[in-house]
Amino acid sequence: MATLKDVSQCVLDGDMDEVKVLVQQLIDDGTDPISIINDGLIAGMNIVAPLFKSGEMFVPEVMESADTMNEGMKIVKPLITDDDIPSKGKIIIGTVNGDLHDIGKNLTVMMMESRGYTVIDLGVDIKEEDFTAAIKKHNPDIVGMSSLLTTTMMKMDSTIKQLVKDGVRGKVKVIIGGAPITQEFADDIGADGYSEDASTAVELCDRMMIA
Amino acid sequence: MSIKFDKLAYSNLNDFVYGSSPKPITTKSGMVIGGGQIYPEINFTLPGMDVNDTTIKKATTIYSNIIDGVLKRASELYAPGVLVEFETLPDFTEHPKYGIEVNRILLNAMKEASEKHGLKTAIRTTPNDLREFSRPPIMRSGKYWDTMLELFTQVAKDGSDFISIESTGGKEVHDDALVKADIRKAIFALGVLGCNDMEFLWKHLIDIADANNCFGAGDSACGFANTAMVLAEKGFIPHVFAAVIRVTAVPRALVAFEQGAVGPSKDCAYEGPYIKAMTGCPIGMEGKSAAGAHLSPIGNIAAAVADTWSNESIQQVKLLSEMAPVVAMEQLIYDCRLMNAATDKGQQILFRDLLVDSDAALDVQAYVLRPDVVMRISAELVKTQDNFLRTKMAAKLTVQELKKAINEGKVKSDRRDMKWLDKMDKAIDTIPDDPNEFYEQMKSELDMEKFIPSEYGLK
Repeated sequence: MATLKDVSQCVLDGDMDEVKVLVQQLIDDGTDPISIINDGLIAGMNIVAPLFKSGEMFVPEVMESADTMNEGMKIVKPLITDDDIPSKGKIIIGTVNGDLHDIGKNLTVMMMESRGYTVIDLGVDIKEEDFTAAIKKHNPDIVGMSSLLTTTMMKMDSTIKQLVKDGVRGKVKVIIGGAPITQEFADDIGADGYSEDASTAVELCDRMMIA
Repeated sequence: MSIKFDKLAYSNLNDFVYGSSPKPITTKSGMVIGGGQIYPEINFTLPGMDVNDTTIKKATTIYSNIIDGVLKRASELYAPGVLVEFETLPDFTEHPKYGIEVNRILLNAMKEASEKHGLKTAIRTTPNDLREFSRPPIMRSGKYWDTMLELFTQVAKDGSDFISIESTGGKEVHDDALVKADIRKAIFALGVLGCNDMEFLWKHLIDIADANNCFGAGDSACGFANTAMVLAEKGFIPHVFAAVIRVTAVPRALVAFEQGAVGPSKDCAYEGPYIKAMTGCPIGMEGKSAAGAHLSPIGNIAAAVADTWSNESIQQVKLLSEMAPVVAMEQLIYDCRLMNAATDKGQQILFRDLLVDSDAALDVQAYVLRPDVVMRISAELVKTQDNFLRTKMAAKLTVQELKKAINEGKVKSDRRDMKWLDKMDKAIDTIPDDPNEFYEQMKSELDMEKFIPSEYGLK
């Protein structure tokens, strides 16, 4: 008989075939779908996260776990309404105007989603006003910005100024990251937080959501 | 018509050394790159700032200050010559007038330094590959293609000695391959997409170079293999995967030389030693000297067979002693002075081997840059002229080389490395020899919203 713990183990192991079997068994046995998500699938990713942070798991393995979680989610989601899908919060994220680098951003998106956040990935080369438009459209809790170049990092400053100008700054927390970025820079431009990499970005979001 | 490289450029491992190459290049100022001594190659960038019509004057002033500072220091330290790299920021390629203006500022400063101090200099101008600004990228036409060629053409006309690029053809697929440590996808991205694009791109760049008394110097798999190296350094992907990618990127880099590039290959092209072994052309490299830009596990070994020695890039910021580019210039000059002194005393092989031995056993990414490993793998790669097959072969041979080295205790490894090498070995064996057949296999795994097949000559 399948258990929620078995589902978590499947996620940890990245076993996409087995997770589908187990999730379906649990559904057939009458297990609450929300519980399957929270205590099976996301619980598995919650084991993955510290293993990644400590270097025990590589990103490809984390991605396999995330993909496994998503395969399980595909089976459960039709059984619940959108409003009932557990979400720790909504985040929009993009690489700033003039910058095309996105590997770090993409890893951050993957980590955030696998830890239960709803993430809208705006992509790269996102103009200041497009961040505002996305905030108005999606009503996120957090806005994440990424940049890899010294000449595009200033776009984070101009984006925050744009959010102020457009009257949406107070509605969101702003977090930033990327190779040239520092905590000092984040403080200087009025960002709410800075993270060094994808895994600390998720921890930062967790703290932002509590604050 | 492509140049064929069907035999190694070296028959003796002890000829494979820094500063010297079978096909040296003489610059307009008389520097002979690969002619017996290694030259410093200085690269620099702006501090954090917006670049637009309002700020361009400030930006050009900064570049002017940088070049004056570094050339003054080079003269003070009696540098035998300096290769200056102007690696443009995207704004400077997107708006060619900016890039042209700065390139002219650098050329003028170099001319003054020659007249005032007798300092020999040459400049490598490296515009950005703007094509990735389109998502999915448009690789063979359009405003980004035209704009970047406009900059290449004018800087060559204005007197740049070398033109280079860090081209990105195939990167949109390779990025996915990296984060998933998917060697099949990486081989497709490098061996099919990358090689196809390099042939197209470098034919055009060589035409520009030839028409303007300029050299097409070479490209870099920076967005592929260096991204892998940085991800490995962060612990995101296995070091063995990054090491295999390093060598897998070699055939793609070779395409530039088949089209007529002559070197020195780009500083961040750590696949350079393989290029030098196969073509005999000089190479630029960077290692410990590039720590201001990024960290790496190959700080010393990177210099072992280099012909120019670079700092990758450094911002114009004040350190305790001086502005950072001036500091970088000094560090490069001293590194080169030491290596050249060893050569003058006939000790270049010993010095080379010290550079190699200090790093090679400590990381698999350093191990694959050992001159003997480079020669061994390169000797196999030149047996075919098919760059897709070379790419597949490069991956397979590197996996085998690393398995042997780890089993024999010749290189430090992670307890998980053999698992990843076995995984790659099996995956490589599933790849057919026919690139079209491979493409058909890969179609179901490719995100067709991210790349356009026809932009790579595929259907």
